[in-house]
Amino acid sequence: MRLPRIAIPVLGAVLTLAACAPAADSPGSTTGQSASVTPSDQGPVTVYSGRSEELVGPLLDQFTEATGIEVEARYGDTAEMANLLLTEGENSPADVFFAQDAGALGAVAARGLLATLPHETLEHVDPRFRSPAGEWVGVSGRARVVVYNTEMLSEADLPDSIFGFTDPEWSGRIGWAPTNGSFQAFVTALRVIEGEDRARDWLEGIEANDPNPYEGNNPALDAVIAGEVDVAFINHYYLMQRLAEDPDVPAANHFLTDGDPGALVNVAGAGILATAENDEAAREFVEYLLSPAAQAYFATETKEYPLLEGVEPDAKLPPLDEIGTPEIDLSDLSDLEGTLELLQEVGIL
Amino acid sequence: MVTMASLRAARNRSGARPAAPPAWLVGAGVLIALLGLLPIGYLLVLAGSSEDAIPLLLRERTLGVLLRTLLLAATVTAASVLVGVPIAWLTSRSDLPARRAWTVLTILPLVVPSYVGGYAVVAAFGPRGALQSLLEPLGVARLPELYGFPGAALTLTLFSFPYVVLSVRGALATIDPAFEEVSRSLGRGPWRTFLGATLPQLRPAITGGALLVALYTLSDFGAVSLLQFDSFTRAIYVQYRASFDPTLAAVLALMLVACTAGVLIAESRLRGRARYHRSGGGATRRASVVRLGAWRWSAAAFCAAVVGLAVVVPVATILFWLGRGIGAGEPIDLVWGAAGNSVLASGLAAVLAVLASIPVAVLAVRHGGVIGATVERATYAGFALPGIVIGLAFVFVAARYVPSIYQTLPLLLVAYLVRFVPEAVGVTRGSLLQVSPRIEEVARTLGRRPGAVLRQVTLPIIRPGLIAGGALVFLTAMKELPTTILLAPTGFDTLAVRIWSATSEGFFARAAPPALLMVLVAAASLWFVLRLERER
Repeated sequence: MRLPRIAIPVLGAVLTLAACAPAADSPGSTTGQSASVTPSDQGPVTVYSGRSEELVGPLLDQFTEATGIEVEARYGDTAEMANLLLTEGENSPADVFFAQDAGALGAVAARGLLATLPHETLEHVDPRFRSPAGEWVGVSGRARVVVYNTEMLSEADLPDSIFGFTDPEWSGRIGWAPTNGSFQAFVTALRVIEGEDRARDWLEGIEANDPNPYEGNNPALDAVIAGEVDVAFINHYYLMQRLAEDPDVPAANHFLTDGDPGALVNVAGAGILATAENDEAAREFVEYLLSPAAQAYFATETKEYPLLEGVEPDAKLPPLDEIGTPEIDLSDLSDLEGTLELLQEVGIL
Repeated sequence: MVTMASLRAARNRSGARPAAPPAWLVGAGVLIALLGLLPIGYLLVLAGSSEDAIPLLLRERTLGVLLRTLLLAATVTAASVLVGVPIAWLTSRSDLPARRAWTVLTILPLVVPSYVGGYAVVAAFGPRGALQSLLEPLGVARLPELYGFPGAALTLTLFSFPYVVLSVRGALATIDPAFEEVSRSLGRGPWRTFLGATLPQLRPAITGGALLVALYTLSDFGAVSLLQFDSFTRAIYVQYRASFDPTLAAVLALMLVACTAGVLIAESRLRGRARYHRSGGGATRRASVVRLGAWRWSAAAFCAAVVGLAVVVPVATILFWLGRGIGAGEPIDLVWGAAGNSVLASGLAAVLAVLASIPVAVLAVRHGGVIGATVERATYAGFALPGIVIGLAFVFVAARYVPSIYQTLPLLLVAYLVRFVPEAVGVTRGSLLQVSPRIEEVARTLGRRPGAVLRQVTLPIIRPGLIAGGALVFLTAMKELPTTILLAPTGFDTLAVRIWSATSEGFFARAAPPALLMVLVAAASLWFVLRLERER
């Protein structure tokens, strides 16, 4: 009989591997187990990161190096991590939620899952970039831009307001990403700033220009570079990262001005779970994200805007003060339900 | 018509009522079925708390999305059968040149994650993709619209037709060549023999493979989102992402479960109640190789075209990313740790899924009845659900009630099992159908207990099917993303997570090494599996 002969080693292997399973955690975790220089008596801090390891992994290693506190990081999409926290509820093993947009932080805070942050941590950033109740704080800024193909257009051809793109001359030339979180945050801002009717007008106006929908900011950027469309509405740093891989791509960012909703600056931010077991380490972690070292990391590595006074953004970017970002409470961006309904009503989703 | 008559004779259901299944078999089957139904239970709990459920269900848009999704599933399934059945036959029965290489290459697309395959299809065939730049000198400024239905159908077919290939190959390996020999001896050519004698015997394997394609299409998110086709799963994700309200997503997911039920009913109608083993004496031998003659090179060209689209295009896209990154001075990080984790988790999942598929298939084929049918159907429940639903269901249960296993490898394996066991069940069932119960009965009369008969007689005969089922689970578990992200031990990163982590932020160069490693691991494991198959 052949089977028993093969079955025994196979089963043996399964049992051995299963017995080793807990040890299997370590080879994958890259968050600096060997990097610690300052020994710390604090246990590890568990971070649910809605920002990918490619973006923030090295920053987490730097934190361990600086403080001696180990980080156990779980990476995923921001919305996935928010849903994970909402599903776990009180039983979450997480200490910190590090999210890509304010809306997700707002949603988790609204369920009462986030604790109030220390006053001195909140004070690091402009009140525009943190939760008024102190449940989360922005750590880096992400500006909305219009990215355009420099072979088809020059900056002078582009309107100053996002409303300019409803003109029929833009028919068939626009790319956008209606299912993307950053786009939906922008639409929410549009509703908050301009009111439901103007927001609907804008969406209908763009829809009438037959825009090409894309899955996210990167595919939309690809489409601009390939000339599938002339312009796309995305965040500022996608192009910056692409330029680092390939300096010759024919695309440039166009920043809108004068409080235009199209110039919204959203934030990536962090909050501490009310149920955090290691909340002292969690506070140190969030404080570290606002340290000059971490802020410089955002400026040079992720090409985002540092939010701490005195740390400069990438030289190719206009300073944060010059972007006429609209006056808005970013906590209001958690009203995505209304945005979803509007997008569905207009027939975009 | 002698061939058909003999087939019909063989298909007759055996007269005696099947014996009652042993209790341990029922116990194992029911346990696996309950695990499969767990995500649906979770959805019912959530949906029950929703006040907006009914208006959402009746919204015109929801129905439109539902119909479009079903149309996509039907198209992808039909196309996969048309591509997959000839390839399975050519690579296992004909004198196709370089047969083993084609076998590996035509199964390999299964390991290409749809979130990589989607990028590759757009890069190659998008309105301004690589193909367009080749045609540019001929005055082609734009290719016809790819986004939407055509692109989604193309992408999903390219990366899921191997379900049909693997399933049909498993059946061709165990099929009794006697019918074909009778047909040939009566003067029928190879073509009419295939249609008249081989194809009818392949019906359960084809419907089994088609079922996996259809359900996979319902559950896929990567391809439909990159190609902008508004499918049901995309609607579920939009709901999760945008509203942070899982109840509405649960209502939509339950509709997907209803679709699954519909697909399962259609499949059981199609596969019928036929049995496919020998009814008389004699033993099954290996089939002889069919000479293709003049068709040999056209057949190779057909395989080459399919492999070109489904393997060369994505691999070339990955190499392009890699080249562009190296050119810009990106460090290349070979992620061996993640590769090890991928192999470990998917390998264990494959072994577990094959072991779990045995009681389910034996109950369904040998004992039938309400228990057998229910257990088998229940295991399919999870396959059409998007990974995020399965993942959150296990998060919900484990974080609340069994925190000791939450975020451990065993829990991840259980979730993989629920998600992928139908792949193994389909193949195991198809193989079992071709084994005559007489052989088992003989062993029983010789004094063996049912467990011993299963171990010593049945399982060795269906070994090729078990191996094929294990290979399927291994390849598909390796690319699984949402359940891995939600349930893996913290810090346990796999190749799939690495690829996603890089592509989602536009670091395509950094996605290339893990993506290439994934294809290499898959190719190596397929060679290994084929060697096992040959050892018989």
